[in-house]
Amino acid sequence: MASMRDIKRRRASIQSTGQITKAMKLVSTVKLQKSRQKAENSKPYFDMMYDTIASMLQKSGTIDHKYLRAGATGKKAVIAITSNRGLAGGYNNNIVKLIAGDPRLKPEETVVYAIGRKGRDGLAKKGYEIKGDYSEVINEPLYQDASDLTKVLLDGFGRGEISEICLAYTSFKNTVVHIPRMLTLLPFTVGEKDGDEAPKAEALMNYEPEEETVLDQIIPKYMSSLIFGALQEAVASENGARMAAMDSATNNADEMLAKLELQYNRARQGSITQELTEIIAGANAIE
Amino acid sequence: MADGMKLQIVTPEAKFYEGDVAMAELTTTEGNIGIYPNHIPLTAVVAPGVLKIHEAEEVKEAALMSGFITILPEKVTIMAEVIEWPDEIDFKRAEEAKIRAERRLSSADGNLDVLRAEMALKRALVRLEMRH
Repeated sequence: MASMRDIKRRRASIQSTGQITKAMKLVSTVKLQKSRQKAENSKPYFDMMYDTIASMLQKSGTIDHKYLRAGATGKKAVIAITSNRGLAGGYNNNIVKLIAGDPRLKPEETVVYAIGRKGRDGLAKKGYEIKGDYSEVINEPLYQDASDLTKVLLDGFGRGEISEICLAYTSFKNTVVHIPRMLTLLPFTVGEKDGDEAPKAEALMNYEPEEETVLDQIIPKYMSSLIFGALQEAVASENGARMAAMDSATNNADEMLAKLELQYNRARQGSITQELTEIIAGANAIE
Repeated sequence: MADGMKLQIVTPEAKFYEGDVAMAELTTTEGNIGIYPNHIPLTAVVAPGVLKIHEAEEVKEAALMSGFITILPEKVTIMAEVIEWPDEIDFKRAEEAKIRAERRLSSADGNLDVLRAEMALKRALVRLEMRH
């Protein structure tokens, strides 16, 4: 049986770890509320953006536009949104697994644009080429960051270096449910997003300037808004995942403490009994 | 005939404006347009300019920089990437940006990004226009 001192030391160490995880849980709860609020505020923009683009393409399904065709040459680009910090349960690992487990995205045919250090490191270890690193963005996502990244990607797409653009992020359903998701941004296909498909056909839409020029302008905006939305959802999910992970860590610490407490008391009782027996035996010996 | 239409302005960060309006004026890449209720359906790309929202009593103004607009007979939606109310504008910064852009344009040597400087100047002018 472990000595009383060992148990005591162990208990103190678990207790302080428990305090840390508890504090981290509180911090991520607050952060979660903030990032969730932000994600909800910007939701109308993305929904509307998606509806507009979908109805546009639906009515003009025959347009042959450079952004609507898959590039014949070049690699596939994946934007991997993870976090810069660990201790968030399976949050980062799930994204790495999602990308590595996708048969279409083989390491030799894929370049990764990483947002978040953990995903970058994980994917680099799996043999993916990290083409760009935007890890600092995830701390405080701005719309400008998303449109900068869009520009880089669209340039690559235009030059034929990139044939397809995918986005891997964790979508935020609610505080405890976060789903790793893969979206194909380009070439654009209607019906990518779940929910009610195909918004009702409205009256014939006019375009000014003509459709193709409008598409030229709107598709980059559409992409950056999707990336920005994904960033915000990812931040909310990260904090949600960390909150859940820290909550269960705190619970585990409490559980271990209770067990150790029992062990400690038993050890204490044992040592007192032993001391008593020794004293009595000593006293008997003197007589 | 409806005597009003719904105007909704959304930005990536939040809803900027929502309300019933009598008319809206803005600048698109093709020129200035004024939108009354029952306009034909139209999608256009926004150019930097002043957005005037004519409500029943008053006229509100905002500096609209980029985005696009979808017009339906009863509903107008502006997807704005950058839009500001007058009281959100830092006029001093806009003034400086204007001077900077003008200097760039006047010293135009070949490898300078003229287009960018012109856009910057345009944005600065729109912002300054809001100062009455």
